[in-house]
Amino acid sequence: MAGAAFRPAGDYRSSYAADTRIFDTAAGRWWCLGAVAALCLLPVVSETTGFDLKYELSLLIQIGYLGIAALGLNILVGFTGQISIGHAAFFGFGAFASPFLNNNFGIPVFFAVPLAGVMATAAGMLFGIPAARLKGLYLAIATLAAQFILQDFFGRADWFSGGTHGAPAAPFTVFGVAFDTDASFFYVVLAWVVLLYLAAANLMRTRDGRALVAVRDHYLSAEMMGINLTKYRTMSFGISAFYAGIGGALYAHYLGFVSVEGFTILFSIQFLGMIIIGGLGSIMGTLMGTAFMVLLPEVMDGLTGTLAGTRIDLALGLKENLAYLREVAIGVTIILFLVFEPDGLAHRWRQIKAYWKLYPFSY
Amino acid sequence: MDGARKAAEGEILAVEGVSLAFGGVRALSEVGFRVARGELFAIIGPNGAGKTSMLNCISGRYRPQSGTVRFKGDDVTHLSPNHRAAIGIGRTFQNLALFGHMTVLDNIMVGRHHLLRSNLLSGALYWLGGAQKEELAHRRDVEEIIDFLEIQHVRKATAGTLSYGLRKRVELARAVALKPDLILLDEPMAGMNLEEKEDMARYIVDLNEEWGMTVVMIEHDMGVVMDISHRVMVLDFGRKIAEGLPAEVMAHPQVRSAYLGVTDDAEAAPEPAPGVT
Repeated sequence: MAGAAFRPAGDYRSSYAADTRIFDTAAGRWWCLGAVAALCLLPVVSETTGFDLKYELSLLIQIGYLGIAALGLNILVGFTGQISIGHAAFFGFGAFASPFLNNNFGIPVFFAVPLAGVMATAAGMLFGIPAARLKGLYLAIATLAAQFILQDFFGRADWFSGGTHGAPAAPFTVFGVAFDTDASFFYVVLAWVVLLYLAAANLMRTRDGRALVAVRDHYLSAEMMGINLTKYRTMSFGISAFYAGIGGALYAHYLGFVSVEGFTILFSIQFLGMIIIGGLGSIMGTLMGTAFMVLLPEVMDGLTGTLAGTRIDLALGLKENLAYLREVAIGVTIILFLVFEPDGLAHRWRQIKAYWKLYPFSY
Repeated sequence: MDGARKAAEGEILAVEGVSLAFGGVRALSEVGFRVARGELFAIIGPNGAGKTSMLNCISGRYRPQSGTVRFKGDDVTHLSPNHRAAIGIGRTFQNLALFGHMTVLDNIMVGRHHLLRSNLLSGALYWLGGAQKEELAHRRDVEEIIDFLEIQHVRKATAGTLSYGLRKRVELARAVALKPDLILLDEPMAGMNLEEKEDMARYIVDLNEEWGMTVVMIEHDMGVVMDISHRVMVLDFGRKIAEGLPAEVMAHPQVRSAYLGVTDDAEAAPEPAPGVT
């Protein structure tokens, strides 16, 4: 997908189909399939053997639904070159929409989740209309408006979000089987992640995905190539909100309850952090960045645990200050990435692979 | 109306009385010309004469304040640029306008945009909605263009990393991928060395003669213009001062003073500012 990478000797493409695959090499494809298969085994291991992986599973579920939403933002920011600092609001919209459809209209959760995505799409496109005319900072401010308007809406619209009381969300069920434990809900999230990441990878190698990137790289010549700028800019907001909505809906049915407090601008910024760290315009990078952001607090926790009682701990008061140190760590990481690796983890990963393919020669 | 259609059959482009002003600056005043199907038409003139503005009026980036642009007999003056691609107008830019982070292949595939039918959903489903079949079919056509312009070796390279001459060629490839009936080239040879210019001239002539495209090009290199164009129009200060066969135009006294200077050595004159000599 991304430029000419190193390919093993003898790996020749003899058809156009072979040359347009999602994964550049067969090894990459098998690794990814293997990883998905291994992930499928995790809950089984957790349930049947002595290893209790409940906590690890909950982290993976978190990476899953946040990764879906982050991919939406990456399509908007990384691939289309727009900006949004209201992504958490669309995530929240999906999180309320799915229980809303389920509770009020009796739509099964199985269908309510994609429908919530569609509703978020509608909201996203509505707020995306200014995007057809605005660019850069001005667009950022317009999306900020979306963030605050929706946040306010969640607080006031009792019929939709339950207002300040929040909304209960029924567990995900298929044919009467409830996916209400970490071990079972994990499969639901995994299925959505695979589905939506594949969809994005496919989109990016076909007409409309290329049009989005063309709009990013040079909108004037994109227009001359027959691309309708207004359509694709608005559409990009729609796609981004769809992914956010699905992510939010999964979040709602995972927790079983949605409260209005969560979907703040800080959360929006965290989504931006994920895609910057992972790599703007990289699909797999999005997942890496999300994992990084979810695991960062865990690593911080571990670190404070190991340092407990040492002089560093006494000097910084790590235990008491953990909460704000987390925010500091996130901020510092984003800055470090912007300075040293603006193309994100995805790029770093490619470089590491290239290094080992050429090892021990650097050329 | 029917009569106008009939008359338009032989001509693909008719520009009538086009005027364009930016504030007080008159970029174009009452410019009109006609281009016949299959012609290779050159627009020349000193810097700032309004050549690129003229091209922008045809491709839709600018809307002239008065006058009409007819393409295949239809008035397209107010058509938006993205619709013009679909009716058969393609163009390249004076300053490179490739999609810098995309591969050469993807750049050219963007040119197929209006010919592809897949949408968001069928694109995301890829294998199910027929998008793959369509992609591969168009890939074949794109490969033919790549072969023609001899850029096979860079097809997977990121466009922004290529050398200037190659980028110009990729840009031409992208415009050709539109399958246009009329292709507008804005200084296709600017900044090229002699060898690259010769190649580019060959490509343009081939496009015109073998691919059957009508070409309207802006070019400063008089040698190229004299050699390959069928007819030439000269602009100066937004006005048309001459139009005709290359040799006729070169002999035109106003052209010699405005564009080439009054020296006899027409080929070498490096466009002095008008009125200096």
